[in-house]
Amino acid sequence: MSDVAAPILDIHNLSMVFGGLRAIDDVSIHIKSGEICALIGPNGAGKTTIFNCITGVYKPTKGSIAIEHGERGSERIEGLKPNIINKKGLARTFQNIRLFSNMTVLENVMIGRHNSLKAGIFKAIMRDRATREEEQRVIDESHDILKKMRLDMFINETARNLPYGAQRRLEIARALATDPFLLLLDEPVAGMNPQETKELEETINLIRDREKVTILLIEHDMSLVMNVSERIYVLDYGRLIAEGTPTDIKGNPEVIKAYLGE
Amino acid sequence: MTRKLVIKEVLASLVSMLWFSVLLFPFMVMKVNVASGVAQIRFRWAAMPVIAIAAFVLSFLWRRALIWNEHRGDKLSTSSPFALARAFIQKALSKKPVRRTSLLVLLALVAVYPYALGMYHTNIMITALIYVILALGLNIVVGLGGLLNLGYAAFFAFGAYTYGLLWKYAGPAFVSAGINTGWIFWIALPLAGIIAVIFGILLSLPVLRLRGDYLAIITLAFGEIVRMVLQNSSAVTGGATGISLIPRPWLFNLRLPPRQAATYIYYIVLILVIFTIFVVRRIEDSRVGRALEAMREDEIACEAMGIDLVRNKLATFALGAFWAGIAGVVLAAQTTYINPDSFTLWESIMVLMAIVIGGTGSIPGAIGGALILKLLPEYFRPLAQYRMLIYGIAMIIIIIFKPDGLIPRNRKKYTFVEKVAQDGKAEVQA
Repeated sequence: MSDVAAPILDIHNLSMVFGGLRAIDDVSIHIKSGEICALIGPNGAGKTTIFNCITGVYKPTKGSIAIEHGERGSERIEGLKPNIINKKGLARTFQNIRLFSNMTVLENVMIGRHNSLKAGIFKAIMRDRATREEEQRVIDESHDILKKMRLDMFINETARNLPYGAQRRLEIARALATDPFLLLLDEPVAGMNPQETKELEETINLIRDREKVTILLIEHDMSLVMNVSERIYVLDYGRLIAEGTPTDIKGNPEVIKAYLGE
Repeated sequence: MTRKLVIKEVLASLVSMLWFSVLLFPFMVMKVNVASGVAQIRFRWAAMPVIAIAAFVLSFLWRRALIWNEHRGDKLSTSSPFALARAFIQKALSKKPVRRTSLLVLLALVAVYPYALGMYHTNIMITALIYVILALGLNIVVGLGGLLNLGYAAFFAFGAYTYGLLWKYAGPAFVSAGINTGWIFWIALPLAGIIAVIFGILLSLPVLRLRGDYLAIITLAFGEIVRMVLQNSSAVTGGATGISLIPRPWLFNLRLPPRQAATYIYYIVLILVIFTIFVVRRIEDSRVGRALEAMREDEIACEAMGIDLVRNKLATFALGAFWAGIAGVVLAAQTTYINPDSFTLWESIMVLMAIVIGGTGSIPGAIGGALILKLLPEYFRPLAQYRMLIYGIAMIIIIIFKPDGLIPRNRKKYTFVEKVAQDGKAEVQA
């Protein structure tokens, strides 16, 4: 994390076409290491579609998405499967919460640690010493992550029984458990009250500062976006209409037009 | 219950009474008599009040039960004798010595079972235990993996036919070589598991992208295809006549008479059941089992967490198929005769029903469900013609009143006792 200004994710001329609909039209986004970057825009602007392209849910029609490794060059990831992209260090949350709702909170986070473990079926049946230790390690690590996200009082609770705000935090905890360098948050405070929003704002800052994770977030809550992000991309009808610091964006006539109309 | 509510319920029941009277009128009241060559309709009016009263009473009770079901969560059910008994059992079982003793007692009971109850009951129990293995296997696929497999009987058939065909084609060689044929069973047992796993993986390849209804239909078709192939390739499998005179396993070099052989198979299947429980429990509580459950809960989120869905699905089908293959060998050994009719869609549905009744995803549930579904019909032979009716009613009642099954899964709880050590590591008791 020495070179803060280096881009780590390069989206170049990305287009996504569904039938006759151009959901994303020639969008280029560059995420720099260690920043908190926001992607905003009116409903249906294509924000979540971009997330889905980055994380491999969709294969983009055109353009490239690449992880930058600095001197070691870049690595194209568009069109790879979601689990492979996750392994490369990109983790996401979902707009409509997608927890493993019948599993406990701890188990949800343990799933996030899945790839940091090795035990296969036979090891699981044998349950040798190494496997037991590995299992214990993942329990401890997951517990630590839950503590960081202030969820440790819910450990044995079934995920679907959690209060709404806690479910959103659990999604972030689960994503963090995969050891990402870039965290993609899709409307992390949707449906939260101002108090919860305030708390999550602190959490997002903490994740960036302590865990050294770069964050790209989609959000409609402008106060959060303006407070937390360093750079903002504005999308409208699949096109990038503005890019800049929160102050730039606030005064940008294009953005105001997109949100409020003529 | 307020008066208003009673009146409402009575009125609703009266409506169902009328409805059922109309509905059942042609079946229960009218009777066509063609004995004399001319069709005559005889009206049995005596049946009318019986239908009406029965419909009214049943409807009223059913509605009451539904209301009770809706509101039973409102008050904490700690005072009911049922809840108290369950709490008592749970508390007792949480103590290790109690758990151990009860397990030993249970083991002792099942061990003396064939001696205490004789061959008839032993054979019934063997069939039931075969179903326990099947249910535990399918529980991995449906309960953990969430993949609805309606062709499970096909893997059962692979197991049985592995043994049957091995006997049919390799048997004479064994006899001429002077090796006793009882050994074929022990060769078939692991072989059937492996063959079932191979076919499980082959089946899972085309269905990797399917879920829910589509998956159910494809697996259903697969099950029927396998049965049809077995039935029509008579040159190899004996067709509809099947394979007969399959040897029972021998006790070393001793060929057992039927009675002792039944006892012997009972112990074999018992050990297999214990082995299955052991393995399935360990899989469930491991990295692999968690990944399977995550797949059941949400495939998209599961993939986003870095889990390979393709590998996961292959593993699910393979793990499920293995146990069906093993169970098939035991079935062939017990009945000494197999034909394709033992592996119809109905078998798959029975196993699935055992899981749903017992509690999807729950190991004790799968065991309990399989035992109930297989043992009760044997001991209620007089009701055999109503079997389908009873199954149907039982399923509806379970789904409405106990959707998690009779013995729902108890999720593992973790307790963290924070130590004030410098490394801040938590101590964990499972």
